[in-house]
Amino acid sequence: MQTSITLSNDPKLRYVLRLADTCLILAQRLGEWCGHAPALEEDIALTNIALDLVGQSRLLYALAGTMSGHTEDQLAFLRDERDYLNLTLVELPNGIRKGQPNDFAFTILRVFAVASFLKPLWQRLQTSNDAELAAVAGKAIKEARYHQQHAGDWVVRLGDGTDESHRRMQDALNQLWPYTTEMFNNDVVDDAAHDAGLGPRFGDVKTDWLAGMDAVLSAATLQLPKANAFASTGKVGRHSEHMGFLLTDMQHLQRSFPGGVW
Amino acid sequence: MIANAESETVLTVAHELTVAFAWEVLHTVLDPEVPVVSICDLGIVRDVLTQGERGLNVVLTPTYSGCPATEMIAVEATNTLTAAGFTPVNLTTTHAPAWTSDWISAEGRDKLRRYGIAPPGPVQQGQDIVLRYMPQGKQSNQIAAALDCPRCGSNNTERLSAFGSTACKALWRCMACKEPFEHFKPF
Repeated sequence: MQTSITLSNDPKLRYVLRLADTCLILAQRLGEWCGHAPALEEDIALTNIALDLVGQSRLLYALAGTMSGHTEDQLAFLRDERDYLNLTLVELPNGIRKGQPNDFAFTILRVFAVASFLKPLWQRLQTSNDAELAAVAGKAIKEARYHQQHAGDWVVRLGDGTDESHRRMQDALNQLWPYTTEMFNNDVVDDAAHDAGLGPRFGDVKTDWLAGMDAVLSAATLQLPKANAFASTGKVGRHSEHMGFLLTDMQHLQRSFPGGVW
Repeated sequence: MIANAESETVLTVAHELTVAFAWEVLHTVLDPEVPVVSICDLGIVRDVLTQGERGLNVVLTPTYSGCPATEMIAVEATNTLTAAGFTPVNLTTTHAPAWTSDWISAEGRDKLRRYGIAPPGPVQQGQDIVLRYMPQGKQSNQIAAALDCPRCGSNNTERLSAFGSTACKALWRCMACKEPFEHFKPF
């Protein structure tokens, strides 16, 4: 088995990896729909979005690699669970209601919530004092815009659709909502990135995120769930019970065939 | 002094000829996914600089972050330039400014249309695309302005899918000639 790499505590490295891992892990979940989506057009859409996210994560891993001395593949495939720093939201299965492992409502709502988060983040990262991060953001924001539009369209169509589609979209929102708190809980990593001019604190985009969410959720006739005290902790490396299973799938080839390339 | 100025002029001319020839060669490198447009038509080649006597530095930019053709394009550009006598050929990739479909040349747009792909309209700067949602009971397929069908020219067309066979395309159909077609998205 290929040996795992370990990460330093450099907060700037961790900031970039939080972004990179969030993109990669969401792409991995979206990829699970390949060949299984409810319609051919959506199959293509979900995998296209996944492809954009993989592309974004690759550029970010290349950047992180210049800080940590690792390659893209090492960073993507050879860390242990605790060293992945994605939001817990993106590692959850495509449906978290019991007996419904593939829930399109949950899947598309999550794409919408994450795109609505990444879009204002990329917007601000375009003025990062790291030229490469600013360049990545300049490309990625166009893609995030497209993802947000596509997913938002579905949220409205299903939320403001039939009784059954409304019920299922509201269910999905109730399940997803508690995991959005984590996005905006600033910590030392956010502060370090902010102070160094690398990028905004994630919490700084909360107003923009809420505005984007609100416009679509209200058009979709969906009710915002009440806030509670729960906050997930994926971005500090403490993940849900689903992460280990996801990683065994995702890392299988690199672990079984060390250094394997296409 | 005069001799120096003359030899400098000769060098400059030689340099310009070399760069022009390199562009000509790069115009023969086709996009692997749309093999009628060259990487120059698409605006993927950003700069060509000479290096030493026969060497080149070529600056490329990818279209979409995850475009799987990016690596293939780099290999084909290197091979084609090498076969044309350039050595060494160094490729660098730049991500800023970000590629935009506005860089596709007029000739490239014609080639796309003739190939059956509706070319992109101008990118609306700083403006988000309006959600295409329409209230229940109305047609929700009609978003933005209809495109002209690249086959029959009718603008009685509608979008079938926001995403298509590659990251850069959407799927449309023409109600007049009943043919599906692809649309290179403004990006």
